[in-house]
Amino acid sequence: MSTATRHKLEMLRTLPSDAARQIQWSFADRYELQMLVQSVRAVARGPVARLVAQGGRNTHEWTPAKAEMLEAFDQSGITAVFMDPEQGGFIAGPRNLALALVAFELAWVDGGAATASLAGCLALAPIHERGTPEQQDRYMKLAAPPQPGEDRKPWRGAFCLTEPIPYVGVDTGMLDGKIRIVEWKPGEEPILQVEKRGRFITNIGFANFVTAAVDSGDDRIKGSCMVILEEGDPGIFDRGTATKKMVHQLSSTGDPIFNLRVPASRIVGGYDIKDGVLVPRYSHSEVIEAVFRRTRVTVGVMTAAKLLSAVEPVIRYQRGRFRGAATATPGSVRYEMGLQAREDALHRLVDVWATGEASASLAFAAARAFDELDPLEREADRIIAERGVSGTRAKAKFLRQVSDEAASLLRLMPGDPRREKLQSDTLMRFVTLDSLADILCPAAKLWNTGWGAQMMREAVSLMGGYGITEDCPGFLGNKWMDAQLEATYEGPEAVQRRQLSVTMTNPVFLAQLRNWIREMRGIASERPGTGACTLATAMTMWLWTLERLQHSTDSDGGKLYQSARQGVTFPLADALCWLLAARCQILDVLELDRRGAQDSSVAEGLSGLVNFLTDLCHVQTARAGGEAARICAELVFGYNRHPAWDEEGYRGCYQQDELDALEGFVPGIAACATDVIAGDGSHPSKAGPCAKCNGAEQFLTLHSKLATCLTGSRLAKDRAAEAVSKLMIPEVLDYPA
Amino acid sequence: MSNGYHIVVCGSVVPDPLQTLEPIETPAGPALKNEMLLPAVLDPWAAHALYEAANLAAHAAGSKVWLVSLGARAKLRQVMMTIAQKVSFELVPIDGPASGFIDAHATAALLAEAIQSITGLDRSRLLLFGGWESASRGAGVTMQLIGERLGILDQFQGVDQLTMQPDGAFEILERIEGGRHQVSLCQGPPALFGWATGNLPEPRNNPQIGMANMRAIMPALQRAKTVAPAPDALRYRSASPPKQQRQTRIVKNLSAEEIAREIVAWIEKA
Repeated sequence: MSTATRHKLEMLRTLPSDAARQIQWSFADRYELQMLVQSVRAVARGPVARLVAQGGRNTHEWTPAKAEMLEAFDQSGITAVFMDPEQGGFIAGPRNLALALVAFELAWVDGGAATASLAGCLALAPIHERGTPEQQDRYMKLAAPPQPGEDRKPWRGAFCLTEPIPYVGVDTGMLDGKIRIVEWKPGEEPILQVEKRGRFITNIGFANFVTAAVDSGDDRIKGSCMVILEEGDPGIFDRGTATKKMVHQLSSTGDPIFNLRVPASRIVGGYDIKDGVLVPRYSHSEVIEAVFRRTRVTVGVMTAAKLLSAVEPVIRYQRGRFRGAATATPGSVRYEMGLQAREDALHRLVDVWATGEASASLAFAAARAFDELDPLEREADRIIAERGVSGTRAKAKFLRQVSDEAASLLRLMPGDPRREKLQSDTLMRFVTLDSLADILCPAAKLWNTGWGAQMMREAVSLMGGYGITEDCPGFLGNKWMDAQLEATYEGPEAVQRRQLSVTMTNPVFLAQLRNWIREMRGIASERPGTGACTLATAMTMWLWTLERLQHSTDSDGGKLYQSARQGVTFPLADALCWLLAARCQILDVLELDRRGAQDSSVAEGLSGLVNFLTDLCHVQTARAGGEAARICAELVFGYNRHPAWDEEGYRGCYQQDELDALEGFVPGIAACATDVIAGDGSHPSKAGPCAKCNGAEQFLTLHSKLATCLTGSRLAKDRAAEAVSKLMIPEVLDYPA
Repeated sequence: MSNGYHIVVCGSVVPDPLQTLEPIETPAGPALKNEMLLPAVLDPWAAHALYEAANLAAHAAGSKVWLVSLGARAKLRQVMMTIAQKVSFELVPIDGPASGFIDAHATAALLAEAIQSITGLDRSRLLLFGGWESASRGAGVTMQLIGERLGILDQFQGVDQLTMQPDGAFEILERIEGGRHQVSLCQGPPALFGWATGNLPEPRNNPQIGMANMRAIMPALQRAKTVAPAPDALRYRSASPPKQQRQTRIVKNLSAEEIAREIVAWIEKA
């Protein structure tokens, strides 16, 4: 079915419903998550929105009004999401998607509220991921909200990493904080002295415990670790001053000072004694790796939510922009359509919406991947232990062998019976999904927050000066500013790019990416309006570029794709993010199209909704393809030295008299030649002879193909814009502003 | 009362009041534009009745609450994601049309039939709750019609308060003109109460209650009987939203009294 025909059939009628989103983001079968969404939404658009509207963000300090927000979190089940049912929670199994949905709903109104919720989970995450059973039991139960009949206050936690003061969000590998043994009686547990200064520590204004990263300051302790500090421990537990941050003011942030005596059993994950030395079972970086690779996804979700939350207020503003003016009378275009009579206003809103869809799809895909990965990882660990493989290096070597086999199998053609092992073998499934999670998490964090911040600015600009006032509906100005912090939380953009530059060369991932190209072509043949073909070409170009850069040098002979060459690796990571997000967006729309008819509340407007979302996919893939092409072209050609008007450059040029002579044999050749040296030695007025594309012909073919793949993408944008101008929105926003 | 009450609450879904509600003509009669696509909520009048029912049940040991609801299955399911977290109840869903244009007689017949089919329902302990009005379009007769069909003679409308007496009777406050209440005494069940707003706030969401409720609600929704209202039971000549008129004037130097006087004058003139 052509896109033009689809358009004539039905257009978008209302904003996407909850039921449609549940199908798109794959939780239509999970009522516990649907209830969670409603519960969190009631808090977000109720007490949180009122707090923001009443100026709750206008102070850095932790206030009683902000504290009430935490009580609302407890009462509505938000706090308990992180806990297992036996610890006071209500959702069994992995909860990455659940936490992502919490972040989405809270950030729809205020990023700081989402951060306040997530920071509590972040404090518990080291204990959840690597803590001893005793630690898990104690702190999860203490942090669980009280059950009916219980009279206690739940403990709140803070996560304290911090690089050398005064900087924030610089490098997670450089720790500030020392741990020493101050007492170690024979046969007894060592007593530790922990000195730690924190900077920009979320939740510190009210935290009862802190999970802090520290380095050894004692020959009798090996390496680094994370340690749990409690408010009542002997020594100094100083919450410090409130950080004067300009964003996320609903979360408590401060610069604490700790100097506390704690038993060694507070080391997260426990310790062993080897030759008189206390050896933590997990270094701080091992704990952090396990924690951040999950929790970063939720940060990416936050910016996605904000972009999608901007759509309704912007539409309402655009439509009502001129009402009240003497010249805008009812029935006139200015009165009825307002700014939506202007193509640019609609097109820019379509861009914001398309980015929001893509980023939400990417982040939720990442969250679902971790939900699938969590049990698989435990099962893989069990199998590896059963096979007698122990130690970090031995395990890595073992998994490398499994990965090699998985990559080989993934390279086989679809339908090859040998591929069946990829599904039936737990270790194969693990390394395949693990390689994907290693990409999706940093990509969601990096692209959603980084590009999301740019697009949030665009959303604010669509509201004119109103956008940066406190009374802008939807708090768009706040959301734009907040996005900058989200880009920094849990590892700034450079950290995500660094991780991607390593993980995106994993052969298991690359084999999957090749399969995705085939997958996208298949989708394109069935659904040409999605832009899947464009994406397939862009993915092919990205792969070609990666392989080229991995085996090329610059004009000075320097290796291009290497750890220190971040000018090469980082932009290529950026390009990949665009492609990943666009793919996830397409897959989500296809899922909605496939399953939407089963739900009568979605079925009625399904065709119009799918048509619109498909057009957004087309818009987004065109943008993603363009960004990838720009980056790849820069990297492929940018490290070649441009020919100059020197002796070497002249060798590649025609001499004027030589050309005159050739004209007799090849009429018209003079008109085609661009680099011609005149008889007096003068040359055309430009930087030098045109650069050649030796060895990059295939790239140029792809580049050219990608350009023509954009055919129809602007028509899709026009259709989407028209739909935006006609869809029905509620009378008012469902939260105060 | 030693064995508690069997409280049946009748209530359905209505479009979220923040949405634009635009009547349109369809081959099947009038309807609201995009009604199936709009977010829905439990009819606020019925919601008050449900919260009052749960409160009464909590204070009378052995009581049980059912919510009998006629609406599109998919819509009911979405609304349950919120309502099921607020109070404990068992859902008796009927999959059928629930718009404000459905005949109250047909609706009452379907609801009465569903109530009669509830397994284990003790009619001698039955308290039938519902909204006095409806946010979809207040016919204001549905509850009375259900009561008549079930043979419940003690009926109270516009109820704001129900107080249990030591002897098992109820003291009931019903709204009457002039912002006053009529006080009645009822010996006990069976009785019907069409609630106004009651006195209770909306309960907070409690996911533990939600998880417990949903274990029964999801299968009930899957089993819900699909029904259609009697054809040609009611015909509409036309349907239109109430007329709105908006005149905005920004003033800075008027007192609240002066503004109030001006508004009253404007209303009188209109």
